[in-house]
Amino acid sequence: MDLAIIVGLDVISGIASLVLISAGLAVIFGMMKIINLAHGEFLMLGAYATVLSVSAGVNIWIAMLIIAPVFVGLVGVIVERCLIQFLYGRLVDTMLATWGLSLVIVGGTTMIFGNTIVGVASPLGGFTVGAFQSSLYTPFLALMAVLLMTAVWAVMRFTRAGLIARAVMQNPEMAATLGVNPARVYMATFGAGAAMSGLAGGLLAPVAGVVPTMGAAFIAKAFITVVGGGTSVLWGLITASGLFGFINQIAAFLTTPVFGEVILFIAAVALIRMLPTGISGKFFKGRL
Amino acid sequence: MTLSRRRFLRNSTAGGLALAAPSLIGSIARAQDGPIKLGSLHDLAGPLAATGEPMVYAIQLAVEELNAAGGLLGREIELINYDTQSNIQLYSQFAQQLAVRDKVDVIHGGITSASREAIRPIFSRFRTLYFYNTLYEGGVCDRNTFNTGTTPAQTVEKLVPRAMDLWGKKAYIIAADYNYGQITAKWMRKYVEDNGGEVLSTDFFPLDVTNFGPSISRIQAAEPDLLLSAMVGGNHTAFYRQWAAAGLKDEIPIASTTFGLVNEPATLEDSESKGVLGSYGYFEELATPASQAFVKAIKDRHGAQTPYISELAAASYEGVHLWAEGVKQAGTVERMPVIEALETGLSFEGPSGNVVVDPKTHHVTRNTFLAEVENRAWKVLDTFEQQAPLDTAAVCDLEANPNDTTHYIIDI
Repeated sequence: MDLAIIVGLDVISGIASLVLISAGLAVIFGMMKIINLAHGEFLMLGAYATVLSVSAGVNIWIAMLIIAPVFVGLVGVIVERCLIQFLYGRLVDTMLATWGLSLVIVGGTTMIFGNTIVGVASPLGGFTVGAFQSSLYTPFLALMAVLLMTAVWAVMRFTRAGLIARAVMQNPEMAATLGVNPARVYMATFGAGAAMSGLAGGLLAPVAGVVPTMGAAFIAKAFITVVGGGTSVLWGLITASGLFGFINQIAAFLTTPVFGEVILFIAAVALIRMLPTGISGKFFKGRL
Repeated sequence: MTLSRRRFLRNSTAGGLALAAPSLIGSIARAQDGPIKLGSLHDLAGPLAATGEPMVYAIQLAVEELNAAGGLLGREIELINYDTQSNIQLYSQFAQQLAVRDKVDVIHGGITSASREAIRPIFSRFRTLYFYNTLYEGGVCDRNTFNTGTTPAQTVEKLVPRAMDLWGKKAYIIAADYNYGQITAKWMRKYVEDNGGEVLSTDFFPLDVTNFGPSISRIQAAEPDLLLSAMVGGNHTAFYRQWAAAGLKDEIPIASTTFGLVNEPATLEDSESKGVLGSYGYFEELATPASQAFVKAIKDRHGAQTPYISELAAASYEGVHLWAEGVKQAGTVERMPVIEALETGLSFEGPSGNVVVDPKTHHVTRNTFLAEVENRAWKVLDTFEQQAPLDTAAVCDLEANPNDTTHYIIDI
């Protein structure tokens, strides 16, 4: 029973971290149809922003929840203005450009901070379930994932900005004829997606080894989650994270981490074979 | 008049040439000799850079010292370093360049076992002497190659019994999922069983695993007395964080063959690393005069940002000096005479103590140390003097089979 609770928590934490690491990518892909190959590097920048702020004496909660997303959001807006805005509608070109961008960010970060692993200690302690122990940070990550998804839903559903964003997402030409400036919406969306990636990076900093190349470890999982989920930002992300997080964690617990990864990717391949447009393409058509 | 002047000019030119001849011939001969070239192949970019940087610093230091003492055989040593950027393809490419285009006299390099196995055959083919200065799983048996790092019989054999004495008999092994981790895990199992203990399970982790939650639950469910870790690299550092965050560090202690290779004691918090046991052929904290002088020399040149100076840097420094001893004794930089000189059992007194070439295996007999982490640094607990590379010696005898070039997977 104790073990079941602990494994249940692991599953929740697996799902939560998939939601967090994929949210920024899902927003940018779902709304702009842009595949951002620098996504992992945005996560990394968020983690670095957190670590550097903490070592400069900033409170860790402020560093993770405010400084990391704001900083990476600004980076996102700059990137959109200087690079992405010239490449709308050219899928392969944006992939190449963002891939190059990721190399530049990794190289630049390495030059400034070196290759030494940095990090911050996890701010919450552990707790006991019978004979087992787990980290309080795990439920905290789950809470953050729920809050993030709720915030995305609320903004999209109830605000004017969300309405405009959904309109542009469905039909940019029509939105433009109605007086909306799609370019500005795209800029804001890219900034918001980057900020979400920054937040995820900040939240992961206490449980990861922070190095300039850390993005590579997250990007594959973020991609299968987003592709598996399809273009619906919210429901696609939640269902795909739930499915893949569950499969990965249970498989890793029952077998070994090696097979956990293998089974996860086999499941992803099978899913995309059966549902080429992702889960949301089949079950949540037209939903958020 | 013109004729005689022409003859005069010709005669005087010839005379001048004849007079200048000895010095000219001498300088031509020296130019042909030129400096002795020492090639270096180390990663200065990419995930392995933090490991490669101090190795290159140590080689630079050794070369500077040799040059300051008048070079070797009266010739200066020129260091040619290529940055392999943590990329195996670049290893093969630069290895060919060093051997064929630069025609270096010796090469020191390679960090991972994968990079070593990529370049070792190239140096055998082009008859270029090769030094591999990293601790590794043991088993390389190649007359053209000298290995100055430690092997499991020198370190793991000390670490495991000590950990079991302190904490108990039931061990759980976690290791990186590539040949170093796989083979080291086998050695850990052997030493646990040799000491009357039991291995509950062995889990391997791909290098890009970042979420250790399910594995931590598995380990808890198995209820081991201690954890033996051969986890490698940046992502695996996260394991120690997540382990400590779950409050397990004081429940199930850790002994590791890799902890510290990417400077974990300094990057983790004291609460996350305190009490971890490790064993290597060198620690920066070693308080001998030779060690302190070595560390000071590197830090004076490269400042406070210098990554941790581990066994890999010390062995690189000792590797260059051992090669220099070989050249001095052979009286030439020719490959075979230097190999034969080294095979007489040459030794060098380095930062880690006395290092002696073992002629049968081309590995070294050297001191090893046991330490634990305290206040984000290593505290050296024990010194084991003159440990022989017994594991490799069990499979390799270059005196009996000089043409062997195998990397043996030692059967445990």
